[in-house]
Amino acid sequence: MELTTVWFALIAVLWVGYFCLEGFDFGVGMLLPVLARDDTERRVMINTIGPVWDGNEVWVLVAGGATFAAFPEWYATLFSGFYLPLLMILVALIVRGLSFEYRHKREEASWKARWDAAIIWGSFVPALLWGVAFANIVAGVPIDADKEFTGSLLTLLNPFGLLGGLVTLTLFATHGALFVALKTDGDIRHRARDLAVRIGSVAAVLAVLFLVWTQVRTGTPTTAVVFAAASLALVGGLVAARAGREGWAFSGTFVTIALAVAGLFLALFPDVMPSTTDPAYSLTTTNAAATAYTLKVMTWVAVVFTPIVLGYQAWTYWVFRKRISVHHIPTPVLADATR
Amino acid sequence: MEVLDIARWQFGIITVYHFLFVPLTIGLTAVIAGLETAWLRTGNQDYLRLTKFFAKLFLINFAIGVVTGIVQEFQFGMNWSDYSRFVGDVFGAPLAIEGLLAFFLESTFLGLWIFGWDKLPRGLHAACMWLVHLGTLASSWFILAANSWMQHPVGHRFNPESGRAELTDFWAVMFNKVQVVTFPHVIFAAYMTAGTFLLGVSAYLYMKRTHADDRPMYHRAIRIGAVITLLAGIGVAVTGDLQGKVMTEVQPMKMAAAEGLYETSEGCAPFSVLTIGTPDGQHEKFALTVPCLLSFLGTGSFDGTVEGINPLREQYVEEYGQDPTSTTWTESGDYTPVIPVTYWSFRFMMGLGMFAAAGAALILWLTRGGRTPGVRWLGVLGLSLPIATTLASSWGWIFTEMGRQPWVVFGLMTTESAVSPGVSVFEAATSLVVLTSLYAVLAVVEVKLLVTYVNKGAAPFVEPPDVGVGGADEDQPLTFAY
Ligand code: HDD
Ligand code: HEM
Ligand code: HEM
Repeated sequence: MELTTVWFALIAVLWVGYFCLEGFDFGVGMLLPVLARDDTERRVMINTIGPVWDGNEVWVLVAGGATFAAFPEWYATLFSGFYLPLLMILVALIVRGLSFEYRHKREEASWKARWDAAIIWGSFVPALLWGVAFANIVAGVPIDADKEFTGSLLTLLNPFGLLGGLVTLTLFATHGALFVALKTDGDIRHRARDLAVRIGSVAAVLAVLFLVWTQVRTGTPTTAVVFAAASLALVGGLVAARAGREGWAFSGTFVTIALAVAGLFLALFPDVMPSTTDPAYSLTTTNAAATAYTLKVMTWVAVVFTPIVLGYQAWTYWVFRKRISVHHIPTPVLADATR
Repeated sequence: MEVLDIARWQFGIITVYHFLFVPLTIGLTAVIAGLETAWLRTGNQDYLRLTKFFAKLFLINFAIGVVTGIVQEFQFGMNWSDYSRFVGDVFGAPLAIEGLLAFFLESTFLGLWIFGWDKLPRGLHAACMWLVHLGTLASSWFILAANSWMQHPVGHRFNPESGRAELTDFWAVMFNKVQVVTFPHVIFAAYMTAGTFLLGVSAYLYMKRTHADDRPMYHRAIRIGAVITLLAGIGVAVTGDLQGKVMTEVQPMKMAAAEGLYETSEGCAPFSVLTIGTPDGQHEKFALTVPCLLSFLGTGSFDGTVEGINPLREQYVEEYGQDPTSTTWTESGDYTPVIPVTYWSFRFMMGLGMFAAAGAALILWLTRGGRTPGVRWLGVLGLSLPIATTLASSWGWIFTEMGRQPWVVFGLMTTESAVSPGVSVFEAATSLVVLTSLYAVLAVVEVKLLVTYVNKGAAPFVEPPDVGVGGADEDQPLTFAY
């Protein structure tokens, strides 16, 4: 296989990792006002993702860095082109990341309410916009001969893009609800499971619509199989959720997200950013790529270090495998004395 | 305003802001890991109390460092897309490797450390913080390698066909001669920042009546902080001196600009500590100089020749032409950075650093042999030291980056030609306004939180659960929860 293809695949893997992992912590964040009844329950929810959200977020940083290194033209066109949506995502990630750390630092209700809003909106906005962005990448955007994006914000807000946004939004909400169901105990666990089934049904309808539409536009026989498997995994996950099998249900949405993202990348290949202005201007895995030497160096680094990273991230999930419930949440005074 | 100006202001503000938090993060991870290890070794409860106390302050600081870092990763693509196209082959690799090797390590093991008090055995718990520190060092290594390449591009060749710089030797980029002196300088500066922070906060609490019972503990912390500051200060000075020599060699214009030296000085060039008059160097009213010091800084010998701005300018024009990138690129049309900025930023960096080192030495002397200094201003002086070291780093960067102008990659690409061609003034201005106002609010929030938590002082000793690999009693409340 060409090194450029290898790196296209590796970047797909990074985005798959990002959406499968940060997807659920976006979901947990968005559902904060829906699932939790009081402050203690909100803290239960936040603590399910407390030790892992930052590690999950690094997946997108590495995806960005790897795109810069392996496909500089793609990095340049994409991020200078999708300027304002990316700015919104960055602002959202900033306030959201801070609120995990700062929310519990003061006891005033107004302080907490403000940071809660930051978590909720900071999770909602990227969950929606990443979908919009990916749908547009796959569908193609206006790109001129200089590899510059020539559209505007409105170009991206087309029906296909918006549908893509709604799919990631609902899918991540389902994924997050299932994570809460998997990681908590008591009342909230059951509420989370019920909610997952309800949002999940909406997500399933939207996702099938979106995947069929994608298949019609740019699909290949392989993507058809992958998209069908993704849809089946989602249905399977929801059935498992109804049956109270949280582990299977969460695995279901995990696989759904992984396959759907993988399918989108397959539908994209060998382009990385198709041009709707003229197919000749499309960025492809070859014309956007770095040199073979850079790719070779990076391949060595990735081959050696990716397994190590996966190993210790998996270990973290194992260390924090226990369910959390309200009686695990220390009272504020106690928390202060022991920290 | 043009997109270029906006993008420059944005890069300067956003990056310097990110770097206000970075040195403390790098340094404090080592200090906290050291304190926790000291507790495990000696069993002295004070060390554990200090560990937890400084960890709390650290986390407040770290959070902002992380979220402002996210912007860094993407802003090259957003505002500097032609730069990204031109250098991606060389510059992207260290950036990507930084993410894979450093950010994963830091974030994962910090999560384990924060929430792991009742899940991990004690030794393993302390090891997590050491790994976080290792992550910060790795992060610094790769990002500084990327930056050093911009100061002194090596290990690449220019491909006229694609119009891009292409990587030819990865190891040359990793061990660039600028990199091998910059990395220790930045890391020593970070240790100095953390040392002054430990010292300053402890001195402040030491002087507060409400914490009188804890005086012996803070006394000890003051002395540890002072020693770290002084040792790191020596490291900073030594490596800074080495940097000066490498810089004179690879970017002589920067050294001349640091001094405002217009004509070449043949032997024994004086170093001006302070010049009053026109800072463009044309007329001086008053100048305090140290004879021959500039020669020594730049060349290592007291009678070395230091080249001046004017001859260098002619030399650059000859070498790169008046118009190296086919646009008309600098207002003055020459290769001189803004002299007042380089002149003063260099002095602020060194001055603030020396102030911090002198303050630490004074406090170390005042607290010698268990002495309890009665001076009221000890707390104020203490708190001013971490501020001084943090600002010294900012001025150091402003010097390094402004001194490289008009180049973004020295000798290869000008800043002007690096900016994104497709981005509109509206887009660029929106992001400048949104990010700077957001950052301003965050700065207020974080300073207030720091003040609140510093004033609380270290919490009383609580024995953390001594757990095996299995974790603590499952029905107990978590030792740490958000
Ligand atoms: C606490 C912070 C601090 C202190 C006290 C000093 N520096 Fe520094 N300096 C930095 C923090 C810093 C920095 C932020 O880390 C910089 C910016 C870029 C870099 O490589 O390090 C820097 C850059 C920098 C450069 C520019 C390198 C280049 O552009 O290639 C030189 C020549 C020095 N320093 C020299 C010194 C000397 C001779 C010092 C005192 C004796 C000194 N610095 C104190
Ligand atoms: C590898 C990393 C870095 C890259 C690629 C980089 C690149 C740049 C670029 C493109 C500019 C804009 C040109 C200009 O504004 O004149 C710039 C300026 C600047 N950068 Fe860096 N830089 C890096 C690291 C840093 C760091 C870590 C700092 C310090 C915190 C820093 C501080 C500055 C400052 C103060 C300016 C001047 C701002 C201005 O000119 O308005 N840079 N750098
Ligand atoms: C302009 C260039 C820079 C870029 C692109 C950049 C990128 C980033 C990013 C994305 C993060 C957040 C990581 C996370 O979420 O965990 C971060 C944080 C950090 N960066 Fe920077 N950075 C730059 C300059 C620097 C420099 C010059 C240093 C060191 C000398 C440095 C050291 C760190 C450290 C220690 C942290 C905080 C801890 C952490 O990484 O999580 N950075 N940086």
